[in-house]
Amino acid sequence: MCLGIPGRIVKIDDVEKKLATVDVSGVKRQVNVACVVSDAHPVESCIGDWVLIHVGFAMSRINEAEAAETLKILHELGEAQAEMEAMRLSGAI
Amino acid sequence: MKYVDEFRDREKAATLVKKIQGLVSEIAITKDRPIAIMEVCGGHTHSIFRYGIEGMLPKEIELVHGPGCPVCVLPMGRIDDCVAVAERPEVICTTFGDAMRVPGSRKSLLQAKADGADVRMVYSPMDSLALARKNPDREVVFFGIGFETTMPSTALTILQAEAEGITNFSVFCNHITIVPTIKAILDSPDLQLDGFLGPGHVSMVIGTKPYEFVSRYYRRPMVVAGFEPLDVLQSIWMVLKQIKDGRAEIENQYARIVPDDGNDRALEAVAKVYELREFFEWRGLGSIDHSGVRIRDDYAVYDAEQKFAMPNIKIADPKSCQCGEVLKGVIKPWQCKVFGTACTPETPLGALMVSSEGACAAYYQYGGIKKQAVAS
Ligand code: SF4
Repeated sequence: MCLGIPGRIVKIDDVEKKLATVDVSGVKRQVNVACVVSDAHPVESCIGDWVLIHVGFAMSRINEAEAAETLKILHELGEAQAEMEAMRLSGAI
Repeated sequence: MKYVDEFRDREKAATLVKKIQGLVSEIAITKDRPIAIMEVCGGHTHSIFRYGIEGMLPKEIELVHGPGCPVCVLPMGRIDDCVAVAERPEVICTTFGDAMRVPGSRKSLLQAKADGADVRMVYSPMDSLALARKNPDREVVFFGIGFETTMPSTALTILQAEAEGITNFSVFCNHITIVPTIKAILDSPDLQLDGFLGPGHVSMVIGTKPYEFVSRYYRRPMVVAGFEPLDVLQSIWMVLKQIKDGRAEIENQYARIVPDDGNDRALEAVAKVYELREFFEWRGLGSIDHSGVRIRDDYAVYDAEQKFAMPNIKIADPKSCQCGEVLKGVIKPWQCKVFGTACTPETPLGALMVSSEGACAAYYQYGGIKKQAVAS
């Protein structure tokens, strides 16, 4: 919950609701991108962005190298597995 | 230094440890007690134990594990209130996995689920809203916890529910805020701290400015830190450097994620939906003024406390628990009378044993690693 996990925005689902699909090490999941968009960087331009995701909300844009490092560490910590499992479970609602 | 070998960048880690040792030898001469640095955030506690960071540091440094795990500080009364609502037949109660295991005075949410209540684990408050959409004849309640890192997510979910006109969704708000808590710690008479590692992801939302009182009024250094082992080591070095130079400043080691002004969009949503409570009860720490938020009257229909007239009961922590003393760094987890006996991660008595970000669970899981690292 507090560490978050990096993912890459692969699809915009709803511009008005600011919803997009991210790919987190192969797990796809819808997230809210309201906190990482601005007039200069609207929802439509988010495809390909790497973001740090906390409980289904993209909270910060990060660069690709940073994302890869963080993912690696989270896997080592066992944190990524738990987070992805939670994503998978709730995806099945 | 066995565990330095595990790092991706072992040379950098070893260099940092050496630099830390160098600084400590310059500082320690004037000191007769260890240099106490508190990591406020549970994410740091987790990294510190997982990588055996304490074992790499010179013995003159003591890391004090602060109250920054939102699961660990949930008081019993709030769990009891949530269980009571979850047990209503019309309610679907939703929350994050860890929160389900926190003991209440009667039972945890997980036990309530075993007894027949409709309690579901979700990954996001948005999943909870989706459940409300799908089950218009049920009341879906989200047990919202967390510091400023997760506060925007529930605020935005409530705003989304409003935009869609969904009325069978509400949040039982247990969000807490870090600044008054750090202040309460600094005011505590039985505590001696020389500096802080500031929380990384809370600061991603609020920025670094809200901590200025720590340096200005309390004259303590604080370094907002990232979560990788090298981040933590570098941040400890930065705190020590300030101590050695006689400075007290707020520095940002995690600038790649933390902007000094925080995240406008997130703060805007938080300010719209939430207001400060007069006080909030913390497990182990008691009541802290202005340390929690509640949902504003404009969004009362989304406030589970108002919807279900929750009693907000106060329940004292069990007598055998010493969570408060552990949280304040007065004793170490293993010094608690029930540590590892009556209180284990499988059967937690106190909430510090529930989440891997809690100091007791971390010691229980990784204590052996730490001792090994010291020995080698
Ligand atoms: S061992 Fe259990 S009861 Fe004792 S301080 Fe830790 S969590 Fe609390």
